[in-house]
Amino acid sequence: MKTISKLYKPLYNTIPNIWIPFQLKGTASINTPNPFWVMVKKEITDHVRSWRFIVLLLLMAITCFGSLYISLGQLSEAINNFKDPNRMFVYLRLLTISDGTLPPFHAVIGLLGPLLGISLGFDAINSEHNKGSLVRVVSQPIYRDYIINAKFISALIIIFTLFFSLGFLLLGCGILVTGLTPTPEEFLRITTFILVSIVYVSFWLNLSILFSIKFKQAATSALTAISVWLFFAIFYQILINMVAKAVIPSTIANPGRIMTYKKFFMGLMNVAPSQLYTDATTSLLAPSVRSLGPLTFSQTIGAIPSALPLRESLLITWPQLTGLVATTIVCFAVSYFLFMKREIRA
Amino acid sequence: MAPIIKLENLSKKYGSFYAVNHLNLEINKGEIFGLLGPNGAGKSTTILMMLGLTEPHSGQATVCGFNATTHPIEVKKRVGYLPDTLGFYDNSTGLENLVYIAMLNRQDTGSATQKAKELLTRVGLKNDMHKKLAAYSRGMKQRLGLAEVLIKNPEIIILDEPTLGIDPNGVREFLQLIRKLSKEEQLTVLLSSHNLHQVQQVCDQVGLFVDGKLIAKGDIPTLSKELFLEEPFITEVKLYENHTENQSTIKQLLLEVEHVITVRIQPERIFIYCKNDVTSAIAKKLINSNFNIKSLYLREFGLDDIYQRYFEKKNENDKQTIQTIV
Repeated sequence: MKTISKLYKPLYNTIPNIWIPFQLKGTASINTPNPFWVMVKKEITDHVRSWRFIVLLLLMAITCFGSLYISLGQLSEAINNFKDPNRMFVYLRLLTISDGTLPPFHAVIGLLGPLLGISLGFDAINSEHNKGSLVRVVSQPIYRDYIINAKFISALIIIFTLFFSLGFLLLGCGILVTGLTPTPEEFLRITTFILVSIVYVSFWLNLSILFSIKFKQAATSALTAISVWLFFAIFYQILINMVAKAVIPSTIANPGRIMTYKKFFMGLMNVAPSQLYTDATTSLLAPSVRSLGPLTFSQTIGAIPSALPLRESLLITWPQLTGLVATTIVCFAVSYFLFMKREIRA
Repeated sequence: MAPIIKLENLSKKYGSFYAVNHLNLEINKGEIFGLLGPNGAGKSTTILMMLGLTEPHSGQATVCGFNATTHPIEVKKRVGYLPDTLGFYDNSTGLENLVYIAMLNRQDTGSATQKAKELLTRVGLKNDMHKKLAAYSRGMKQRLGLAEVLIKNPEIIILDEPTLGIDPNGVREFLQLIRKLSKEEQLTVLLSSHNLHQVQQVCDQVGLFVDGKLIAKGDIPTLSKELFLEEPFITEVKLYENHTENQSTIKQLLLEVEHVITVRIQPERIFIYCKNDVTSAIAKKLINSNFNIKSLYLREFGLDDIYQRYFEKKNENDKQTIQTIV
């Protein structure tokens, strides 16, 4: 416990100082932390001590290290594959290759990330409301949005810490095993990948916070969030594929029509956040990816299969990134609005 | 001296239903005020509007000189509120719960801990402060709640149903604690309850709430005189004979008994309102006049009776006014 409270000390002593210029004179001295950070601290403590977080943490850690172990075994083969334009990026290959027994690291994050986000948020508001602690907290002299902001920020801090430590631990293991050092390009790509993953998980976090405000029972909001996730992860693609097959244009149709058809269904696919995430990570972790949509023959002719710089990869995936950030913000805005409008009583 | 809580024409509507209906109320500094009423009378809604947690439909609540709707933070700095659900965090200790609330009130960790320990000792939880809340009994949680409302150095404390679910002995102790603390700290206390006898023990002033309206207000002697002392006993009688046929005879007969004030005859039973317990005298009188008694018992007062009697009186008054007008 002592170490944990020491770990929190930086948050205590630095962050409130930043806020002091914004505080009213006389309401706080340097020693009194802003109530908002007190709430964030308490939320983090609650999360970290809860069983479901510990279970998920173990699950994530084990699968991630499992996939690392498998990809380490496959690494020499992948690097010696001269046909692969990405073979120069050892650390990116480390995160993406697999022999099929366990999905690679980025797929593990894509699979378990939503679950982590949902588990951190699904009972944020309704369980406190049912226990009666919500009305007790709002009757303290704090602004009401502190509550929902603290819920979001605390979960975000946890996800941030977790993903960066996992990612960097994997990098460290890679360095120990291979003896190679990652290039700045690789390091930047991996950092960006982790940031995108955080945004993706915080989308699910915000969605489940929204459900926790909307639904009175924690079980209802958890099940709704999980069913939304399952729908987009599995059924949505099947559904789109079925419809797409039914209306497929014949091979002799004019190329313009085939192009519109392809673009339309790609657009539909991109409604699913999991698709956005997969596309974004693909282009970040595989520098040779040149386009996420269809390319015409005239566009590909004469192209040399080589890696793109990070900036170009980011440009390719910019729509996906924007979409992810936008859905996250929309979810948070809706939950903020609902929460502020709601009457809280015991 | 200006009242510390002032409600003017306060109303709250849910749909077309008035939860609180044009309420006017003034509470002075240092008073212990009891809000008394059955469930759903609008007590909690009134309290929430005083704290600025719910917006009134019309009217305004002024607490400590601040408008509760537009300046809720200023009000909440000065008012400690204990909801009836209590709602502490079960997986933390009593001390941690208190320190958390103190820090939300902008106290630093050191002084918050010190103050919390001091208060826990005062409410008699010194030995339990490091126990998890899950191990606390209802009575202990109530006392912790009292410590929690005091930790922000309030001017007013509002307790919503503070005696709910505690045994009679615990209630007495708890209410004495409230009284002692309020006198020591010069606090204004507002407590809501549906149990008149408990409220009677501590309150200087009582307000009766029914259907979102304050129907009577005053100190206990005034209210009891108004509601109790004139006719503190009701004897209920059932006869084998038909009541309505013999109405005038029975009424005449019963009014002859000493201390009987009013007689009310209904087809199924007869209510006799008396100054003293004269049940046996009534029985003798009826038997001597050859009536056969089916059942007879002395009714005790509950809150319901008070409301009922209040309304009966009101209806009579209305009738009288109508008659005089006619």
